[in-house]
Amino acid sequence: MKLSILDFIYILSAFSFVFGIKLLGKPSTARRGNTIAAVGMTAAIVGTIFLNESVMVKNYPWIFGALILGTIVGTLMAKRVQMTQMPQMVSFFNGMGGACAALISIVEYDHFLHHSASSDSARIVILLLGLIIGSVSFSGSMIAFGKLEEKIKDLHLPAQQVINMVVVIAIVGLVVGMAGGYLSNPAFIYLILGLSLIYGLLFVFPIGGADMPVVISLLNSFTGVATAFGGFLYDNKVMLFGGILVGSAGTLLTVMMCKAMNRSLINVLLGNFGSGSTAAAAGKTITGSIKEVSASDAAILMKYSKRVIVVPGYGLAVAQAQHVCHELETCLEAEGVELKYAIHPVAGRMPGHMNILLAESNVSYDKLVEMDSINPEFKMTDVVLVVGANDVVNPAAKTDPSSPIYGMPILDVEDATNVIVMKRSMRSGYAGIENELFYSPKTRMLFGDAKKMMTELVNELKASA
Amino acid sequence: MQAIFEFISDHQLMIYLIVLMIFVGVELIEKVPSVLHTPLMSGANAIHGVIIIGSIIVMGQAENLFASILGFIAVFLGTLNVVGGFVVTDRMLEMFKKKK
Repeated sequence: MKLSILDFIYILSAFSFVFGIKLLGKPSTARRGNTIAAVGMTAAIVGTIFLNESVMVKNYPWIFGALILGTIVGTLMAKRVQMTQMPQMVSFFNGMGGACAALISIVEYDHFLHHSASSDSARIVILLLGLIIGSVSFSGSMIAFGKLEEKIKDLHLPAQQVINMVVVIAIVGLVVGMAGGYLSNPAFIYLILGLSLIYGLLFVFPIGGADMPVVISLLNSFTGVATAFGGFLYDNKVMLFGGILVGSAGTLLTVMMCKAMNRSLINVLLGNFGSGSTAAAAGKTITGSIKEVSASDAAILMKYSKRVIVVPGYGLAVAQAQHVCHELETCLEAEGVELKYAIHPVAGRMPGHMNILLAESNVSYDKLVEMDSINPEFKMTDVVLVVGANDVVNPAAKTDPSSPIYGMPILDVEDATNVIVMKRSMRSGYAGIENELFYSPKTRMLFGDAKKMMTELVNELKASA
Repeated sequence: MQAIFEFISDHQLMIYLIVLMIFVGVELIEKVPSVLHTPLMSGANAIHGVIIIGSIIVMGQAENLFASILGFIAVFLGTLNVVGGFVVTDRMLEMFKKKK
């Protein structure tokens, strides 16, 4: 076996992917890891274009045209996106990868029909699997993207599971038929494409918006598997390597995300959560009255406290209140108040979403405390300021077995002496359930947009200083 | 059935590689703090963009208009996946750097 320069480059690229992912696992080295993987990828792309000995690569203008266009569009999109919209951006790019895999299969099938005399059923199966998984990943990612943009609502079809099964059986049947040579009409591949796209839609439609990160992570590993099939098709080890790596790492990541929410993957996939019907049926109604508080009273309460914990949620992200939040921190610390942030693993729309946002506004890394380490501290805390978070502080997760979020680990904010909840309205959170915490005698509500109210708090603190 | 056995014996090395890679992927992710889940997912997303190599081969071999057009779109979408994926990840991680 002759080792060409290209093979050598591929080996280095594959190594850069593994090493990159390894470094991505630590906050201090993560950025370097990403860069290393990117360099490896660039080398593999350039190598494929110029150093390919087994396949004569031509059509340079087309290749470079697409590469340049893609680079410009991709960079612009990635640079312009708001930090709050990162999750849907990842979903979008993942969908592009899936579509790419599907297109490759279609062209290869056409090529195969024209050039191959004998029927090679193993090759057809691989090709079709790449097509199916790529298409599911593409249409699913687009729906996930739409849901996070709040353009698409949850949709439950009657007999959803039955329809899904029928689609899957139809796809399997077609694959067997084509691989076995029973179905020789090339049009069948478009039927498979269509059914796979539909399956992707059906798959994501019923899943609640709050579970989208899990879905995106799963679809991400799907695209990885589609890539691996591409690698098999071309006998290309770096594609196989990268694809399987993402496929397995992505699957484990998905499971870990589910664990953080104390839910099983099956439960997420069946859409048993965050959907209108279950949420309305479950969870008891809460009686009691809520108490409002003015920004000036809230500011004074915090000013004369010793320990304050801020619980950020999606409301903070939507209102872009991270900078003024840091300002509040500075003001309170000037008054001698000890302030920390309690980060729930699923606060916001993605694990780590809050960390990214707060880090953007220069909040120091060690003030962001994860759930398990901060929970015992709530007892010694004077004021908890909940900023646009809801389900992650809902005591029903511990007390009410009929609640759809029962069993999810939450932040024990009700242990603190006072709780101030900053919220736009009494509207329920993503899980669509009432929150008992708001009716607790300890709780005061501060209604308004997070950024506006935070700014008022800061102004009050500055005025009274 | 015969075809499947033939295929497996023809691609033994690939199959060994797959089994090993599954374990490597799992090992690498296992101890990552939840803070880094999002960037990690995004980084992995960029890495599966290696599918672009397949699309370049498709484009490079294209002989008719059908293959050329689909190949062009495939390279374009693959590039979006790779470039967008890495840039977004970098932007997320930019936030993690120590500011003192």
